[in-house]
Amino acid sequence: MSAHANTYVPKSRVAKWFESRLPLVGLVHSSFVAFPVPRNLNYFWTFGAILIAMLMSQIVTGIWLAMHYDPSAANAFNSVEHIMRDVNYGWLLRYMHANGASMFFVAVYIHMFRALYYGSYKAPREILYILGVIIYLLMMATAFLGYTLPWGQMSFWGATVITSILGAIPIVGETIQSLLWGGYSVGSPTLNRFFSLHYLLPFMILGVVVLHVWALHVTGQNNPAGIPIKSSKDAVPFTPYATVKDVFATVVFGIFFAYWIFYQPNYLGHADNYVPANAAVTPAHIVPEWYFLPFYAILRAVPDKLGGVILMFSAVIILAFAPWLDTSRVRSSNYRPIYRQFFWLFVVVTVLLGWLGSKPPEGGYVIAARLCTAYYFLHFLVVMPLVGLFETPDRVPDSILESVTGPGKQVSGAGIPAGAAAAPQTKG
Amino acid sequence: MANHAAPPSANPVVNADGTIPGMDGTRRDFMFLATGAGLAVGAGALAWPFVASMAPDAETIAAGAPLEVDLTPIQEGQIVNVFWRGKLIFVRHRTAKEIKEAETVPLKDLIDPQADAARVKDGHAQWLVVYGNCTHLGCVPIGHQGQYEGWSCPCHGSLYDTSGRVRRGPAPTNLPVPPYGFETATKIRIGEEGGKAAA
Amino acid sequence: MKTTRLLAASLLAATLSITTASAEAEHGAPQPPREKWSFAGMFGRFDQAQLQRGFQVYREVCSSCHGMSLVRFRNLSEPGGPGFSVNQVKALAAEYKVKELNDSGEEVERPARPADAFPSPFPNDKAAAAANGGKAPPDFSVLAKARTFERGFPKFLTDAMPLVGYTEHGVDYIHAILTGYEEPPAGKEVPTGTYYNKYYPGHLIAMPKPLSDEQVTYAKNDKGAPVVPETTDQYAKDVAAFMAWTAEPHMMERKALGLRVILFLIVLSGLLYYVKKRIWAKVGGEVHGLQPELHKTY
Repeated sequence: MSAHANTYVPKSRVAKWFESRLPLVGLVHSSFVAFPVPRNLNYFWTFGAILIAMLMSQIVTGIWLAMHYDPSAANAFNSVEHIMRDVNYGWLLRYMHANGASMFFVAVYIHMFRALYYGSYKAPREILYILGVIIYLLMMATAFLGYTLPWGQMSFWGATVITSILGAIPIVGETIQSLLWGGYSVGSPTLNRFFSLHYLLPFMILGVVVLHVWALHVTGQNNPAGIPIKSSKDAVPFTPYATVKDVFATVVFGIFFAYWIFYQPNYLGHADNYVPANAAVTPAHIVPEWYFLPFYAILRAVPDKLGGVILMFSAVIILAFAPWLDTSRVRSSNYRPIYRQFFWLFVVVTVLLGWLGSKPPEGGYVIAARLCTAYYFLHFLVVMPLVGLFETPDRVPDSILESVTGPGKQVSGAGIPAGAAAAPQTKG
Repeated sequence: MANHAAPPSANPVVNADGTIPGMDGTRRDFMFLATGAGLAVGAGALAWPFVASMAPDAETIAAGAPLEVDLTPIQEGQIVNVFWRGKLIFVRHRTAKEIKEAETVPLKDLIDPQADAARVKDGHAQWLVVYGNCTHLGCVPIGHQGQYEGWSCPCHGSLYDTSGRVRRGPAPTNLPVPPYGFETATKIRIGEEGGKAAA
Repeated sequence: MKTTRLLAASLLAATLSITTASAEAEHGAPQPPREKWSFAGMFGRFDQAQLQRGFQVYREVCSSCHGMSLVRFRNLSEPGGPGFSVNQVKALAAEYKVKELNDSGEEVERPARPADAFPSPFPNDKAAAAANGGKAPPDFSVLAKARTFERGFPKFLTDAMPLVGYTEHGVDYIHAILTGYEEPPAGKEVPTGTYYNKYYPGHLIAMPKPLSDEQVTYAKNDKGAPVVPETTDQYAKDVAAFMAWTAEPHMMERKALGLRVILFLIVLSGLLYYVKKRIWAKVGGEVHGLQPELHKTY
């Protein structure tokens, strides 16, 4: 984060002493106070702050739940019910954690939608974006591991199905599987190590988040116009402008979150997970949590075990190649009339895949899932490169200020003090 | 990217002290204060369930039911360990010599002066019931040991007499007596005193 | 732009409705009817008298086969539940026997205390299965949350919404099963050990019809008249409501706290919105949302 202008000047002697030894306050100041924020950011840009709030909420509720949870196959289910019934506010902590996972994914999907729509993955933000894909992968692993912990029917069978996916890997698959299980099937050793890993991964996410924020503060934020900050009038300082907006948006998101916790706490889960794990009975409809459904649909669209697994993982990995698959010089889809249409189609296809993932894999569902899977990959492999080459983009505004006010108009008192924080980068 | 010093600006967006220019009206001040207070109250309220969840849960509280101990099998001179609410309790059947020693010590010789009669039930002087953790740092003292033949703590050398009173430090106080009462001459009920459940 | 979105939306809707239609066709079982529950909705509260009646039905009928191992006697007197008094619960618990180890390590029986769990009718799952034709009767503790049914599109979406939301799938299903025993349609073969039930998936349930009219005698009111009808339907409603409570003993506390939290957050977000407006006014306001005017070429 040293790439930034450090405008923090310590005043007191103690502050000077400290700052000359560890410039921590200056770092925070340059990253979260003086940092220049494009003035045209809309509410899609508040989801970074919302995601940090959700990560903190998950880590804190998780640590507190772990104080009462027992990760053994014999006691896990009852210890979760003990939390729900006997621990003071245990029901609140558990519902915050369980619904918090879903809210985390709601926020991350909006964040990803924003990145894809506004071309936030393009140069110079490739590393920033790929770090985001890594966070997403870690989130998926954490969510899956966490879902096994209540040791209900869905926990047990989810763990069985997903670990069996890894068994599809040629040669080493079965070895990996037995290392995960710690036995000849999913059982108590599996649950115990899943708990250990579920506790570890959020801190790895936190580490990658630090890198993600660091990369962001090197390249600066993208914005709805997709053009860089060119003059001080294009930007406002992070504090108070972005800070107050982020806090406001986080509290509004908190209302949404609270609704699920208090009034629909089990809607996003599965009733079968209130049945204790039973290795002899598989639930009639075994489906993952809603946030995995599109990938689950892709997995089942392929009639071959290994092929399905490869395609499912590819569907996530392909996200990381978007910076090089997209050939357009224009970032924001606001100025890309053709690509924008394809992009909305992609969004609809993804939602449809989610719906199909929740349906039994038979008849028309499979055909629809195959068509949607085909478009999902075509969008990245064909639409992104070709539309970028042949599309004539709309005229892109000359500056962020112009995108807000229209050409030739001036806003009095706008912008940040000249030179207080210049554009973090001005190329491309 | 080069460092920039902040040049003075004619139209600052943030004042040097971090306040916003033009934000000094009383109503605005009030709204800003109310918002700050709201955030603080919200954060405090959010912290409460986390703190409360660490207190003993309903099951732990309910499990502290009174415990009945049958005294008949305890021989003279014997110390029996029982557990109530997860805490160790010594039930000691004292010999006549031990009772005499406990009763005749002058109170001024004691670190934590308390008469033996105040530590046993009337008419049941042969039964001493005390918590079994040293009042220093919680180790379990060993019975019938040490100069006073009560208990001797293996951790830091505290000595207790046959009334469970501390006679040599570092322990600061006597072994406490739990709430209990005699149901019959040979049966005690720990956790209930005079028919009232312990808090 | 608009036409594409419209097209995309209609594509989505068409697929969803087609799949829903085929989903209903494949299950065949009729949907459990939606009953009125005092505890439904954002302001729902348990009806104490109903929970007490439901407990009576559980005790006199269901408990001979179904355990309730996560429920403690003391729960019956805790706030937000059936509201028995502490002394009633003590007396009730003492009617049951629980096993414990004595000082010599022998298993002995003692009268239950309020802190004890409800003793299960069978010593373990295998014994329960062996005594019931190979299928252990499910434990009642969280059964109301463990049972549900598909409502299909678009109901599954409206079910999640405030005011029109619906979370009582489990209790409606339980009530439907208890009242859904009927003669099998002609030609439907019902093997021994199974019974025909209109609402059970696949229709063949291992539990014989458990409730019948006038089976349980409810307490009368001051004038000696029955408070509620002593019918299968009423018993089913009462025991289902009781199971809603055993599955979610803190439901009333949850809904009451939720209201306060959400109202607080709405006020706080209002304040923050005002503060944000004032702050952003210094730089000529901010821009919101997708900004359709930005799509224009200048």
